[in-house]
Amino acid sequence: MSDTLVQELEARAGTATAEGPEWLEPVRRAARERFARTGFPSPRDEEWRFTPIGPIAQGTWRSAPAGARGVTREQLAPFLFGRDDWSTLVFVNGVYAEGLSRTALLPGVRAGSLAEALRADGALLEPHLSRHAPIEGSPFTALNTAFLGDGGVVHVGAGAELTAPIHLLFVTTAEAGGAVVHPRNLLVIERGARAAIIESYVTLAPGQSYWTNPVTEVSVAPGAWVEHTRIQRESERAYHVGLTHVDQYRDSHYRSFTLAMGGALARHNLHVRLNDENIETLMYGLYLTRGEQVADNHTAIYHDQPNCRSWEVYKGILDGRSRAVFNGKVFVKPEAQKTDAKQTNRNLLLSDGAKVDTKPQLEIFADDVKCTHGATVGRLDELARFYARSRGIPAPAADRLLTYAFAAEVIDEVALAPVREELDRLVLERLGGL
Amino acid sequence: MSSSVESLVTKEYKYGFVTDIDADVAPKGLHEDIIRLISAKKQEPEWLLEWRLKAFRGWQKMTEPHAWPNITYAPIDYQDIRYYSAPRTTKPVGSLDEVDPKLLETYTKLGIPLNEQKLLAGVAVDAIFDSVSVGTTYKAKLAEQGIIFCSFGEAVREHPDLVRQYLGSVVPASDNFFAALNAAVFSDGSFVYVPKGVRCPMDLSTYFRINSAETGQFERTLIIADEGASVSYLEGCTAPKRDENQLHAAVVELVALEGASIKYSTVQNWYAGDDEGRGGIYNFVTKRGKCAGANSKISWTQVETGSAITWKYPSVILQGDDSVGEFYSVAVVNGRQQADTGTKMIHMGRNTRSTIVSKGISAGQGQNSYRGQVKVLPRAERARNYTQCDSMLIGNRCGAHTFPYIDVQNSSSSTEHEASTSKIGEDQIFYLKQRGLNTENAISMIVNGFCKEVFKELPMEFAVEAQKLLGISLEGSVG
Repeated sequence: MSDTLVQELEARAGTATAEGPEWLEPVRRAARERFARTGFPSPRDEEWRFTPIGPIAQGTWRSAPAGARGVTREQLAPFLFGRDDWSTLVFVNGVYAEGLSRTALLPGVRAGSLAEALRADGALLEPHLSRHAPIEGSPFTALNTAFLGDGGVVHVGAGAELTAPIHLLFVTTAEAGGAVVHPRNLLVIERGARAAIIESYVTLAPGQSYWTNPVTEVSVAPGAWVEHTRIQRESERAYHVGLTHVDQYRDSHYRSFTLAMGGALARHNLHVRLNDENIETLMYGLYLTRGEQVADNHTAIYHDQPNCRSWEVYKGILDGRSRAVFNGKVFVKPEAQKTDAKQTNRNLLLSDGAKVDTKPQLEIFADDVKCTHGATVGRLDELARFYARSRGIPAPAADRLLTYAFAAEVIDEVALAPVREELDRLVLERLGGL
Repeated sequence: MSSSVESLVTKEYKYGFVTDIDADVAPKGLHEDIIRLISAKKQEPEWLLEWRLKAFRGWQKMTEPHAWPNITYAPIDYQDIRYYSAPRTTKPVGSLDEVDPKLLETYTKLGIPLNEQKLLAGVAVDAIFDSVSVGTTYKAKLAEQGIIFCSFGEAVREHPDLVRQYLGSVVPASDNFFAALNAAVFSDGSFVYVPKGVRCPMDLSTYFRINSAETGQFERTLIIADEGASVSYLEGCTAPKRDENQLHAAVVELVALEGASIKYSTVQNWYAGDDEGRGGIYNFVTKRGKCAGANSKISWTQVETGSAITWKYPSVILQGDDSVGEFYSVAVVNGRQQADTGTKMIHMGRNTRSTIVSKGISAGQGQNSYRGQVKVLPRAERARNYTQCDSMLIGNRCGAHTFPYIDVQNSSSSTEHEASTSKIGEDQIFYLKQRGLNTENAISMIVNGFCKEVFKELPMEFAVEAQKLLGISLEGSVG
């Protein structure tokens, strides 16, 4: 219930958990007031029309117990990949666990917890924290901002080149049952820098119901190159409502890959604003659902300036009685001439009970642009299935092969080989191998 | 815009004249007594009055849709509109010879001769002037095959059972705000019934004309194609130039029974208002067809060039197995026009197929939105949809928006949606100019090419008119 959350927020104001630099207090207060005013969105709100947030809005959610008591590095092994020298920041039930984390950083790169940065690094945070993701954008963002306390902070200084990715790993334990966490991440990639960041949401308690409400803000300075991978493997009884807001500047390149496999309800909003010319943005997504799962992806790309290119492909594989929602918006301002934007959403239905609601949306105010979008919903191609079987591949194997091929088309776009391999592994594991 | 693309002078709206004719008008305002008055004037049976009153009571509880459509306009004062206006000389429809010569002259000026002898093309016309039908051509010839083509009022009197059976069966009185308003106050419209197995030998057509000031036009069209029947229907419309906005809230219902096919074509050229956005028609229309029987087909083709605001979504409910729905649309906005238009294809039956082709052209400060829904219900096995919506922008003060909703609940179905936005390329114009065409003709050729897929669906006469209209609508925006 939004009332109890507001009461909790009011009780926290001024206590130790709400500490931070002076400039942060008005930000938290505005967010608190905003949420108190709006409450949770209603199904009549166009942005939330197809998202069944009832269980979140009607539930009573306590704060997650802090600390990583009893969690060992071995337990995290299934969620770690790549090489041992990668920096990994581990958060247990929303709180940074230094003992489980490993940081091996190069000069010019800082990575740590937001809670620590709020104490020590206010000057770095002030121009960015809550400056990118507006609290007016969504009640969930307002709520996250009001509870803002911990999460990952990555700062890659001008010209620095990150050779290995930084992995932000958010783990929930059985103690988080019935609780809510509000991770808050800030990724700042300075001028001409190059970085790869992985954001994972996983659980040690696959049967638990809890709610993760993360917000990630990303600033990509002129000439920077960023690959941002988001892996969501929450408990299939959990709720996940996340938002990523990216601000890109001149000549920068941002590519994102979003894998969503977990959650009873998992929603992710990806908003990218192109603030200057000659920007390139690639957005890839893959969602796999089964049982009664609902996967909801909303993306918005704001072409505010001329001569930018954006390319988006989101694909879904649905089984059981699961549901997928996709809404992709492309906004092209009158001054954004020579925009080249392409958006695709393709859905594969593996069962009769699965449902898809897709809404690719274009809002164009400039004439000299090339904008296209496409959406398809269907099942495996009968001809391809027949062909595979005529070559001696048994029907179930042929179906798995074709389904994997459908997914592989987007996974192949991930630039970093170890990340690509891990995504491949996760998808194959879900599909039951080849 | 580049140097070679300069402004031309906007051509006058040539249908903007007013016919000076004595009219029988109802007082302004909307209340139950007005509805009783309309019903009494039309000598309607008690059940129809009750149906209207029920719709009105429902309407009073509804709110005007302002949040979701991508259009803006000042609030409409529903008490400041006349809901009935009829040329005083109208007789209960008899022979065309009795029609007031002034009215015949009006239609001749509009290019719609009601005199059958003079008619070159074999098209039967029902002419609607403000609130009433003033004449229907070729009635006798159609009657020979059992086809009923008459004004709605006449159908209520002559064929009450058919009207009662199908009225509101596709667009219920409670469907939406403007449909409910129409159900309460509709004054006339056309009625078509094509009996079993009959292919209608000629195109049927309704020509709508708004003449009186301060009135709204609320007509209702009902077309029924019985088993195995087929009919092609055309609709055209114009209105005088006035500074006030006028409301046009029509309802069109189509019913196609087993094996029947209905083709409905519209060329909408209501007065669009002036360059500052003063005046023009608010075209808030509900059009829907039901493929009730197996193997039936409903096809909508529309060319929307007029109206200050267009809000309409000609839709098809694909209930019968193997039924087919089509929607072909060209929507042009120029000046300050706004259009929020598209379609809904509701797939209920097995093997149902739908095709949507929408072409939006935005110029001046116009805002053009495509809004569509493709819904595949669980029972609609192997349903198939193909959607293509393309936009063309001319200048950067206009906007093109697409809001397609695709809801699929059956895995054996397949839906495809494609959309693109482009402009008239300088290189295309250059090429045509060096082949000897002037800029104006070059643009006209490019725009017509862009719309070709839709124009080819129109009956011949309409296709020619539509191409001309497109040229007129875009004049002044490119040069």
